[in-house]
Amino acid sequence: MNDKTAWERQCLIREKTRPTVNDYIPLIFDEFYELHGDRHYGDDAALMGGIARIDGIPVTVLAEVKGRDLNENKKTNFAMPHPEGYRKALRLAKQAEKFHRPVICFIDTPGAFCGIEAEERGQGEAIAKNIMEFMRLKTPVTSVVLGEAGSGGALALGVCDRLAMLENALYSVISPRGCASILWKDASREHEACEILKITAEDMVRLGVAEAIIEEPNGSAHYDVYKIAENIKEFLVKTLKENSSKNIDILLEERYSKFRKIGEFTE
Amino acid sequence: MALENLFKVVTTRFNGNSEKTDQKPVNSNNIPDNLLFKCPRCRNVVFEDEYKALNMVCPKCGYHGRISASERIELTVDKGSFIETNSNMLSKNPINFPDYDEKQQALRDKTGLSDAIITGEATIRGIPVVIGVMDSRYMMASMGSVVGEKVVRAFELATQKKKPIILFTASGGARMQEGILSLMQMAKTSGAAAKHSEAGQLYITVLTDPTTGGVTASFASLGDIIIAEPKALVGFAGRRVIEGTIKQRLPDDFQLAEFLLEKGFVDMIVERKKMRSVLSHVMRLHGYEKEVL
Ligand SMILES: [Zn+2]
Repeated sequence: MNDKTAWERQCLIREKTRPTVNDYIPLIFDEFYELHGDRHYGDDAALMGGIARIDGIPVTVLAEVKGRDLNENKKTNFAMPHPEGYRKALRLAKQAEKFHRPVICFIDTPGAFCGIEAEERGQGEAIAKNIMEFMRLKTPVTSVVLGEAGSGGALALGVCDRLAMLENALYSVISPRGCASILWKDASREHEACEILKITAEDMVRLGVAEAIIEEPNGSAHYDVYKIAENIKEFLVKTLKENSSKNIDILLEERYSKFRKIGEFTE
Repeated sequence: MALENLFKVVTTRFNGNSEKTDQKPVNSNNIPDNLLFKCPRCRNVVFEDEYKALNMVCPKCGYHGRISASERIELTVDKGSFIETNSNMLSKNPINFPDYDEKQQALRDKTGLSDAIITGEATIRGIPVVIGVMDSRYMMASMGSVVGEKVVRAFELATQKKKPIILFTASGGARMQEGILSLMQMAKTSGAAAKHSEAGQLYITVLTDPTTGGVTASFASLGDIIIAEPKALVGFAGRRVIEGTIKQRLPDDFQLAEFLLEKGFVDMIVERKKMRSVLSHVMRLHGYEKEVL
């Protein structure tokens, strides 16, 4: 049972020593070949894609990439993808569909990049297209939130059959900092916003957004990367087996209805 | 004295969220401020009556201003044809967000709206259509559970009745006050748009000022035909967020409809006075005909 506050988790997942997808991939997959480029504009290192094998099964892997140091972060833009990143993800997802490979997404982003070029190349359109196409992608999709899942930039890899959160991972519609600036005109109150926004793994399960929480050894993924990788792998293998035994039309109907029923209102 | 010169030169930017930073205009001719309209695009000042007579279009630069959902419906559909759907739907306060209930009640009282979108069925020049219109007066038309659900039901109704759907978008993005549930409305609406599309029906998006954030990154960008009104602000990230990142001022025309047209994200820019005509012709080109009574 995780008794950390959302703010404590926020601090934890921002620590530089927290493992990233680059630490996990060699521990989870037997083989991994990175595939580059969106075939329209360029290759975005913030969103990595490739083909891999897990427990003997070929899969397509899509991942937002946090850097482990400043140099890596410069290359991966602090895991904030541009439109070409999302378009590469969609290209590889469609390829996975063609070859009947399940798709595994690792989400770890503060959000989609906000900049001039991102707007010029249609950040909104790129995310919208991913969301729509993943909703009807005819192959199982499983997503895991490794650290932070920021808004639309996370959802672009988050339309899936099953979503798991690492136990300290957070998923939010707006950065707590942004929320605090709007609410109190004071970004430094982000720790308060963290609690108000209901962004923890337990909140996600309660609100119907996530289906599973992956335990972090001894309270945080930092302490034992081998064990946490093992836990992620166990979840993925189990989910892949469950989903691949299902008729694809039923799986798609379930995926749609999972999202269709989210929302609270009276009438 | 020219009307434009009634005001001190305003040095702040003209775009988007200008209200907070603008200097208070000095009105030397003692004309009450509420009789005047200051265009957020060209900064010219005109009489409110003139602006209103043009259905909220700036006579100087052609900026198409914000109008209420009911005004939009009146301008767009055949007189008396509109039948509203799901008018009683109200959002809850799913994450107990501070002051959310009070804020909504105040806005309901002030605007007469139940949330940030009105949906329904109507005809446009006799052609039956499902229509949804967002209203920026209600929490900047942010998308929470109600907006998401009403958009989805509009798509479902159009799919079931084999009708085209037209959505007039305006939005500040996902509604923070409903937390992650708001983000999920992006998935829900995009999924419903896909089902309507798979049924072979036409979806027209009309992007109006301002359409940003989670609505741009979901159903607003998924129309078969995407129309924008002149000088509407449309984008994913807010101007101030981008300026904060790049530490410089953005060009004035950044994220306007004309910019999107140039970059390839909009099919056409259509003036308000021609909207009915264009919509009806586009629908007819897709095989939708007048209802035979
Ligand atoms: Zn003007």
